[in-house]
This record gives sequence, C-alpha cells and structure tokens, in this order.
Amino acid sequence: MSGGVDSAVAAARAVDAGHDVVGVHLALSRAGGALRTGSRGCCTIEDAMDARRAADLLGIPFYVWDFSERFRADVIDDFVSEYQAGRTPNPCMRCNEKIKFAALLERAVELGFDAVCTGHYATLVDGPEGRELHRASDEAKDQSYVLGVLTAEQLAHTMFPLGDTPSKALVRAEAAKRGLTVAQKPDSHDICFIPDGDTRGWLAEKVGAERGEILDQSGAVVGRHEGAHAYTVGQRRGLSLGVPAPDGRPRFVLEVRPVSNTVVVGPKEALATAEIGGVRLSWAGRAPRERSFACHVQIRAHADPVPAYAQWSDAGLTVTPETPFDGVAPGQTAVLYDGTRVIGQFTIDRTVSAVPALA
Amino acid sequence: MIYLDHAASTPLRPAAQAAWIRASAEVGNASSVHGAGQYARRSLEESRERVAALLDCEPIEVVFTGGGTESVNLALKGLWWARRTASDAVVMPDGEHHATLDSVAWLQTQGATVRAVGLDEVGRIAPERFAAALPDAALATALVVNNEIGTIQDAAVLAEASAAAGVPLHLDAVGAVGHIPVSFAAWRGSAAGATGLVALSLSGHKFGAPVGTGALVVSRHATPTPVLHGGGQQRGLRSGTPDVAGAAALAAALDEALGELDAETTRLRTLQERLATGILETVPEASILGDPVRRVPGNVHALFPGAAGESLLFLLDQAGIAVSTGSACQAGVAEPSHVVLALGRDERDARSVLRMTLGRGSTDADVEAVLAVLPEAYARASGARSARRS
Repeated sequence: MSGGVDSAVAAARAVDAGHDVVGVHLALSRAGGALRTGSRGCCTIEDAMDARRAADLLGIPFYVWDFSERFRADVIDDFVSEYQAGRTPNPCMRCNEKIKFAALLERAVELGFDAVCTGHYATLVDGPEGRELHRASDEAKDQSYVLGVLTAEQLAHTMFPLGDTPSKALVRAEAAKRGLTVAQKPDSHDICFIPDGDTRGWLAEKVGAERGEILDQSGAVVGRHEGAHAYTVGQRRGLSLGVPAPDGRPRFVLEVRPVSNTVVVGPKEALATAEIGGVRLSWAGRAPRERSFACHVQIRAHADPVPAYAQWSDAGLTVTPETPFDGVAPGQTAVLYDGTRVIGQFTIDRTVSAVPALA
Repeated sequence: MIYLDHAASTPLRPAAQAAWIRASAEVGNASSVHGAGQYARRSLEESRERVAALLDCEPIEVVFTGGGTESVNLALKGLWWARRTASDAVVMPDGEHHATLDSVAWLQTQGATVRAVGLDEVGRIAPERFAAALPDAALATALVVNNEIGTIQDAAVLAEASAAAGVPLHLDAVGAVGHIPVSFAAWRGSAAGATGLVALSLSGHKFGAPVGTGALVVSRHATPTPVLHGGGQQRGLRSGTPDVAGAAALAAALDEALGELDAETTRLRTLQERLATGILETVPEASILGDPVRRVPGNVHALFPGAAGESLLFLLDQAGIAVSTGSACQAGVAEPSHVVLALGRDERDARSVLRMTLGRGSTDADVEAVLAVLPEAYARASGARSARRS
C-alpha cells in the first residue's frame, strides 16, 4: 500500500472478496521527506500515514517493511549505471521485477502469504495453460507494459483487483464511497526517488555533467552539450545546435555515446528502426511453442503497440515491426502482446536502421 | 494479546489513573492567586515533594515536563547553551536514545562538537574512556539503562568522573526510574556545585503513569537555559501551565512502582531468565545481547541470525504476541539498531534482533506462549531470502 488511492481500493476489494489481507507499505528510501511534494508516489512519511489510515479503515493489520537497501542496489544504482552506459532504463519495471514481485513476494511467501495484491491496472486470466497477464479494461490506465517482466511463477502469486475496472474515475468514486481519505489524492507519475521530477538535474548530480560534442552523422561537430546523459534517442528540443543543418530541417538525437561523451544528431528519417534485438528475455507464462511468431510490440509505457514479427532462441530475440519504429533507445524494454495478452518482454540492446545508407 | 513490550510503554497503574481523575476534577491554574489556584498549587507541590522523596533529591529540583524526550531536550540543550562560551564539546557514549542523539545532532548545527565514547560488546561504558573524554567539555550525558539491550551503567562512577573533571553530567534515567534503585543524592555523591551529576530525565509511562508525563531533576546549583519561554513557571526552566493531574499521577505511579520494586525485581528476574534460557534452547542459533548480569529486570534482547527482525515481529504479532525490534522511525520502518551496531555487530545483525520486555502483569504463561511459537517463526523468517541475501 503506497498511500495512494489504487492500492487502497485494491486492498479493500481483496478484503471484500474474503481474503485474509495484511497491508504492507514498502519503505524504499531512508531519506524520505516528511510531506508529499508534487507528483511523487511514495516514500514520504505522509504517504506511509495515508496507507496506514486506509488499512485502519479496512480493519486490516499494517506494517512497513524496509526494502530500501535492495531498492537502492537493484533500482536506483541500476538506473544510474544504465544511463552511464548510454541506455534509457525504466525504473518502475525494475522495481516490479526486483522488488514488488520478487523481494516482497519472496518474503511474503516465506511468511505464509499466498499472494501479493497490488493496485496495478492489468488483468489476470486463468487459461488452459496457466495464468495469463492481459491489458486492463481501462486502456488509458493499462499498466500491463510495466508488469511485462513478471514470470509464470510470479503471476501465480499475484492479484490485481483493479484490472477489470472500466476507468480510474470509478476507482476514485469507490474510494470516496468507502470513506478512504486518499480518494482525491493526485496520481503519481514521476520517478519516486527523484525528489522534484528533475531527472536530468538528478542524474547530473549522480554521474557528473561533463561537457562534450554534438556530432552529425558524418562526424562533424555541430554543437556542444553539458552532459551526454541528458539526451535521449528521438529527442528534438533543447539541442541548441550552433551549426544549422544544410537543408535547414530539424535534427533529432540518434545516438548517445557515453564512452566518448558525444551525442549524434540527424534527420528524422534516420531514427527509423527496422529491427530491434534484445537480451534478458522473460515470458509472462509459458514460453511460445514456435521459435517465430506474429505479435504486437510496445517499446515504451505510453507508446502504441505495433504489429511485428518475433524470432527467438535461447541466445536472444529479434523483432521486426511491420512499419519501422520512430526512434528506439537501447535499454528500453519491449513488451510483446498477443491481442490483450502479454507474451513476454526483453531489454533492447541492438537496433538496425531502416535506412541502409545511414546505418 | 500477550504484551512483551513494556519498555515501549507499560500499562497505566490504577493508582495513577485514580490520582489523575481525582486531580483533574478540580478547576484551577496552579499559578493563579485565588483559592482555586492555591488548591491546585498545593496538589502540584505535594506531588513534587513526593517525587523528590522517591528520587532522593530536593523538591525544588523536580521540574515536571511532558515526558522523557522533553526532559532530555531541556537538559542537553539547556546545559550546553548555558556553557557554550566556555566549551563546545559534548561527551556522548554510543548507543544513546534518539532523544539524545538527535538533540546533540541539533546542537552540532549550533556549533557543538561531539566526543563519542564507545561501548564494549555488552553495551557498557568503560569508566576510564568516559573520564578520558571529559576534560574541558561543556557537558556529558549517558543513558543509565539502555532502552534496547537493557544494559545498566554504573551511574555513580560516571557522576564521580564528571565531578572530578568539573563537567556537568545529565543522566537519561528513562529506562531506570521505577525499575532499578535510583538515588539522585547517592549518584551525585559529595559533588555539590554546578558540575558532576546535575540533571536526570525520567518518563512517566515507563512505570505506569500516563503518557505525556515526565520530569527532569535539575540540581539547585545548575542553571540550564530554558527551551520553552513564557510564564516562568518551575524555576523558569519550564514555562507553561503545570499539569497538576499529570504530576499527581506520576507521583502515585512512582510511589507504587518503588514500593513493589524488590518483589517485582525478583519476579521479573525469574521470568527473564526463563525466557532467555528458553530462547537459547528452542532456537539454538540465537544469542542474547547485552550485559548478562548488569541488566534491567524484564529485558531480553535476542539476536536471531539470518532472520529479519521485522519478519519475526510480524509473525509474533500475527500470533498475538507484541514485541519490538528496538527502534523504528516515524514511518514505522524497523531500522538497523544503532545500539547493536555500537556493540561492534554488523548491519545484518542489527536488523536481526528482537527486544522482549516483561513487566507488571507478565506471567509464566506469557513466556511459555512466546517460546511455543518462536522456533516456527524463526524458521519462516530466516527463510525469507531478503534477509539472507548478503
């Protein structure tokens, strides 16, 4: 229970369903402030108190469990080192993979619990071949992408009571009806461990900001930057290039090279990616029977899924979209779908440009 | 529920409750000049005299406060502020209570420096190390009974060293008063000036008075700078309308606690021994931390290797047994115990401890009930991978 409205209503529904429910708030930061600020989702004393008051109202026991050390090692340090390596990680997925449905679930099972129940928006379906993970009924709130890292074993010990709710507004209304004080609490959407939502500033503090060069595809210097980590593949704004493109067209970040501390820019069409490859493959349930299959692939939490063709072996996976992606950053997670069902996911570590001349 | 967390708060004594109800029924501000005020004042001063007699100090030296934390804050901040022109150093042993740690941390923002004094592996302060840190310090402080591991310091020896060095000493006796013999006069010894033992903190709810009652004994020779400013009540050290009913309850609880101290000590020692022995028998991996001999009655502090204290606490709570991991932050997180770290243990150990504190009303049956569920709880909690992970 984060202290937000979703986990409070999820707990309430689990209680109503007759489960023996215990509320657990994860302490993920030792240096949490006292009061909530902005749109951060957790880690303040106020959030812990909100969670506790929701548990009080539901009449369930409540505990705060400290996972701050593992969170630092598996999520925060990983986030920093991924950026340092020029990749774009998703810390929320990492938290789901390593903390909520791993460290917490392991401890819960050891202590005698059957499942971890969260306020995520996704649906679990018990199919003929085991439990399946599907998109939520409310497509706008669907969080199946960030849950794509869950494996069959984890899904078997998971409950998402909000998954079949047609809209978030109904969850808020239900919270209000139940008398939960968090009914009108703002949604969280920033990275919880970055205090003011200023990811660039936070990263600059962690990894240092070293000035470097911005190059075009020919290797010519077209500008300077204040730290390569601040750039993301596909980014257009904020480049402040001193040398205009010969054709006067806008330029985009094509590549971030942490070792040489350079950023490469070029025209929009150079972002087109015909193929992605990846590692750290996992299946949300049974592995596919076929080594190659048609699917939809989603490469960001808020991107649209696109039709694609996937081929996999134990060494890794390659996905070819029907139409090229518009900018893919290594480190991003690609989640594969069969309709609404999550097939599995992998971390993108390789991209092939759709424009051979520019490759 | 089986309540084994008496060091956190022990049940209100009926005698204290009755005294509070009686005193609270009277209208009147003890500072008012009229008859009602005089009546309230009389009750307050009778409570003060009663507490002074029980602690072996003069009535004028008893300053009623809102509890242990306030007492410690007044003593440390007040004594340091009054002496800061002479010296900025605070002598502070490791493993003190957060009221002391955080007050001293704040003093550091005001220019104080800290001379830390290490503990030995059972939590005792070596008198010679304490003495060595004293010369020219602004003040010294020490916890008489450690709130986590229950180790008792030799208060008289620390007071004597402070007097010899000419340094004022505050003793945090929150865990001591009502549980072991405490004599301000005896600990103070022949020192009679503004140095040596000059202040002693206590908290009512640790011995059966209501939460929100407490006192600071302040030597008549000491003039700490007040923290609260206002009407100048209680020697000007603690402005604010005195809590007449709280003082009456505190006096009644202390009177009763000390009246039964010998018998209760004997009874709790037996239970404590049975619980400690039983833990070692039923969970062979466990060990008991703290001083085996110089230990407050009723305290059992055990290390359960490989098990997260918060998991054990959860499992015992589910079995209807209330225990503690030692200290928790405001959000309710079990933190690695700084006391266990001060014993020279590592952070894993500091997260794998439970404090069980017996008290008034604890029975053999309570002890047996804990011992019946501990092995299974330990097996489960030490299986939790998050604790085992290196």
